[in-house]
Amino acid sequence: MKFFNFHLMPYGHVDLDAIAKNGSAWVTFSNSHYDPEKGAELYHDYLDQMEFADQLGFDGVCLNEHHQTAYGMMPIPGVLAGALARSVKHAQIAILGRALPLINNPLNVAEEYAILDNLTRGRFIAGFVRGIGAEYHATGISPATSQERFAEAHDLIVRAWTEPGPFSYSGKHYQFRYVNPWPRPYQTPHPPVWIPSQGSGSTIRWAAKLRYTYCQTLSPIAAVAKFFQLFRDEAEKAGYQASADQLAWSNTIYVADTDKKAVQEAKPHLEALVNYLLKMPTEMLLPPGYTDTASMKRVRAVKVTGKPSSIEDLNASGVVIIGSPATVREKLAEYQDLAGFNTSLTKTQFGTMPNEMARANMTAIAEEILPAFRDRQPQKRAPKAAAE
Amino acid sequence: MADFTTSVLAVRGNRIRLMRGGAGQPLVILHGASGAQWPPFMSALSQKFDVIAPEHPGFGESDMPDWLDTVHDLAYFYLDLFAELKLKDVNLVGLSLGGWIAAELAVRSTARLASMTLAGAAGLHVPGVVQLDPFLRSDEQRLRDFFYDQKKADEVIARALRPELEDVTLKNRTTVAKLAWQPRGHDPHLTKWLHRIDVPTLLIWGDHDRAFPKDYALAYQKAIPGAKLVIVPECGHVPQIEKPDAFVAALEGFLGARKIAA
Repeated sequence: MKFFNFHLMPYGHVDLDAIAKNGSAWVTFSNSHYDPEKGAELYHDYLDQMEFADQLGFDGVCLNEHHQTAYGMMPIPGVLAGALARSVKHAQIAILGRALPLINNPLNVAEEYAILDNLTRGRFIAGFVRGIGAEYHATGISPATSQERFAEAHDLIVRAWTEPGPFSYSGKHYQFRYVNPWPRPYQTPHPPVWIPSQGSGSTIRWAAKLRYTYCQTLSPIAAVAKFFQLFRDEAEKAGYQASADQLAWSNTIYVADTDKKAVQEAKPHLEALVNYLLKMPTEMLLPPGYTDTASMKRVRAVKVTGKPSSIEDLNASGVVIIGSPATVREKLAEYQDLAGFNTSLTKTQFGTMPNEMARANMTAIAEEILPAFRDRQPQKRAPKAAAE
Repeated sequence: MADFTTSVLAVRGNRIRLMRGGAGQPLVILHGASGAQWPPFMSALSQKFDVIAPEHPGFGESDMPDWLDTVHDLAYFYLDLFAELKLKDVNLVGLSLGGWIAAELAVRSTARLASMTLAGAAGLHVPGVVQLDPFLRSDEQRLRDFFYDQKKADEVIARALRPELEDVTLKNRTTVAKLAWQPRGHDPHLTKWLHRIDVPTLLIWGDHDRAFPKDYALAYQKAIPGAKLVIVPECGHVPQIEKPDAFVAALEGFLGARKIAA
């Protein structure tokens, strides 16, 4: 299994009561709560953690994109990937991903990713997402055009990487007289494409068809297993066997000497993440037209953002793995076999967790967990019955 | 007994639901973001007019056409619809989002119009005026925002937020997001062309409209030659629902005075 250190770069100094009072850490939560002195310190701590992950032997580091929120300080992830491109010496660098529909010139992403691929001499992984609902409030792009813009921008970027320029392009949302981006990507035909999603059936089908790597975001392991099975089924329909390398699970791992100590230490930081930094009203999470009516109704019905989650619940349902080294090894092996993935996108720092604690966690994961999984593949294909 | 009939009308292959009642001069009502209904003010108007209330493409039971991206598309669609129904001397009434469609239609052609009336109309942007963001309100709060009298809001909420209407609500909201998300509820170019509207124009506005406050009525009045303004007291964004008597009186007064003058 490959391990990526996935950072959200939260503004960990945030006043949680102020978030609760505002109802969300997104879009309407005033940036007057951001202190540049503290923020600058955090950026350096977090970038140091990414370099540390490389030194510890993680296979990669991941960044992502969110706007106008204390949840993550990476509206322009390419800046941070650029800062890491020369100091992260061995690990791959993944941006998971740029939110394509939010961008009015998709060729900027083709250019930015190609530069990163050149700087890292081919250690770059290109992630494409639609962005969550809040992004559409933050950027003024209509959520009703999200799916169309994503499809068009993706196709244009891949063409810009693979067809000799200049050529002209005229779509519904984007038009260019000249498509001829310099530089071209370092990798041939282009960097590997990874597609993170919350489990949308149409996204899974599309990613499987194009033989991309599918990344499942924050979900209980039973749901992860179901989505990964769907991916394998869709790959089969597309005429090939999906490999476990094409499946990446985005999780959170925290290791301490004992299960009890691990839960105790991680609790305030994980609960700050899920109950404060992630929280948003339904109309912010699901703006109209963002997804199809059936999905819309399903999410509105469960009101996912409503009730507080505890670390115990998240641990029990396999959204996260928190425990002693032995417990974490056991759970991760069980989950790998159940869901059939071969990449772990692991948040080692989360929520309000301070630097020293995150680094201790990374060290423990590198020493106690990574070696046991270095050559480990899923032991058996998840039986269909278990996945349903 | 219903004082209107419902039919399906196809305009160039696009099917929409059409409600129609009464007789007389045609009076076409373009509904707002909440969708097409036949509330009491329409019954009242159908005593004197041939009231025609289409459900916009992309809403409720009407088709969701591929070509529908902007309010401009709907403006042209309704010009086609008027031609299809061979309507002449139309008294066009636009409510909220429908007011924006009406204004865009009228700057393109007033050939089939006798008059235009806008109530709580979207379409313009007035700098510095505080507006609620309907896309960051819950379904209930959004309806509540429309009313000055919260008891009236309670009645509307009880009628509108039933589970069996969720599909229609989601469809309507998706179309509203296409039309009005960005720029929020307006077209920055519209104001340049409002001077082209050469039919008598009436603006009816609630004095407590929080969606499009009455500064918006003043902006329309300034831009449309000769436009008259009626402000309805103790009333929010939807005078036709909250104060139907005052709304109908203002509209009939305007249309009646026009007739006498003609």
